[in-house]
Amino acid sequence: MLKLTKYVLYDILRSKIIIGYALFLLVISVSMFQMEENGSKAILSLLNIMLIVVPIISMIFSTIHYYNSYEFIELMLSQPMSRTRILLSEYVGVAGSLLAAFFVGIAIPILIYSPGATGMAMIFTGSSLTLVFSSLAFFASVKSRDKARGIGVALLLWFYFALIYDGFILLILFSFSDYPLEKLTVVLSSLNPIDLGRIFIMLKMDVSALMGYTGALYKDFFGGSMGMLYTTVVMFLWIAIPLRLAVSSFKRKDL
Amino acid sequence: MIRVEYVNKKFRKLQALNNILADFWKGQVVSLIGPNGSGKTTLIKTILGMVKPDSGKIYFNGEIINGDPSYRKNIGYMPQIGRYPDNMKVGQLFEMLKSIRAVDEKDIDKDLVVKFNLEDIYDKSMRTLSGGTRQKVSAALAFLFDPDVLILDEPTAGLDPLSSEILKEKIIKEKNKHKLILISSHILSDLDDLTTHVMYLQEGKVEFFKDLSVLQNETGEIKLGRAIARIMKDQKANALWIDDVISKTERRLSEQK
Repeated sequence: MLKLTKYVLYDILRSKIIIGYALFLLVISVSMFQMEENGSKAILSLLNIMLIVVPIISMIFSTIHYYNSYEFIELMLSQPMSRTRILLSEYVGVAGSLLAAFFVGIAIPILIYSPGATGMAMIFTGSSLTLVFSSLAFFASVKSRDKARGIGVALLLWFYFALIYDGFILLILFSFSDYPLEKLTVVLSSLNPIDLGRIFIMLKMDVSALMGYTGALYKDFFGGSMGMLYTTVVMFLWIAIPLRLAVSSFKRKDL
Repeated sequence: MIRVEYVNKKFRKLQALNNILADFWKGQVVSLIGPNGSGKTTLIKTILGMVKPDSGKIYFNGEIINGDPSYRKNIGYMPQIGRYPDNMKVGQLFEMLKSIRAVDEKDIDKDLVVKFNLEDIYDKSMRTLSGGTRQKVSAALAFLFDPDVLILDEPTAGLDPLSSEILKEKIIKEKNKHKLILISSHILSDLDDLTTHVMYLQEGKVEFFKDLSVLQNETGEIKLGRAIARIMKDQKANALWIDDVISKTERRLSEQK
């Protein structure tokens, strides 16, 4: 399994895009920490940027990588290797190098400038989002044969999770504001990994008091060790399910 | 050695493979010929398990192919288009395949690597290679593990005459080792000294699958190109490709007169 991954990693870690991505994140996080005196304020600004940038880059990069490796994947298929192994090796290679860039760009500055519970939550969320969105991207690319369409689907998914989904939630909350929706909002937030990550970090920041009654419920639910476990499980499902679907569709696919 | 049994494959409306039945044996060098889109590459990919047939079975050494990839360790495949990860080095590609196949160094056939001088470019990254050089890398990879079966998809397209000659010599050498070699090509003159059998595909169907000597006797032609042209002319095939071949051979004939 690792035989192929090793070489995929060699290849991607030397690509200019990944190096550029790592440097970009590094410049942003270092400048945030330099500009803000207060560490948690800097983390909050960094959080907003991270929640936008990490998913979209993970998605676009994984999609483009998949299509560019199409002929290479074909050649691997002519070797005595199973399809599952090939796709998973590619995934581990791509997601691994995106994670490496994330660690260089965000995790290390956090560990230097503001280590602590919030920082850890940031690192956890960022890594999970990297894995989730590259997994979604693999699913989208395996499903669509055409490169332009694959990238289009990836962008749409990102739009949905980053922008449209929040609109839906607001719509629901406003239209049903007469009913008790607290439990529902917990469920709804699990259906979007970006939201889940955001809530998870916010609750570590003591700003949940600003979020009213729902915030209190969130604090109750996500604040404890159960919340940590819950978030981990949901994030894991967000990684595993699309990847599983990608593998089963890749197994049946004609290349 | 490889048995293709009533294989059908449809891509949307296009019948890519239509009830293909064929047996390939050790020692054969089979030329797969036919116009563009006649199903040559699809047939090759079906044998390699890259394309899953709608119906029909494929046997390799008597065992049916159904998802277990281990039979492919006996196959060397040279694809039509070789594209490799941009930043991977040539040497790394060879290393990777060796580690995947887990073969002893002594079982490795470095003939083409040496003849194509690929060792000199082991440190170059794939992105910097020209199309022809990448083709040489693909060829060297196909022969690297001394497999029993070689499947070559348009092997000489894009190679310079010298390299193309080296590759042909290598194919003849492997042929003498009693291996099964499947070649798909449009350049019939390249196939002349190699081939023992000819499989002609059209619109996904096997038009004929014959011994070269039978074909030569039937048509009275020695050159493969002319023999095919003669047959297709008799069958009044309407493929443009064949018309083209016929007109060229006729022009050549009249020039000779």
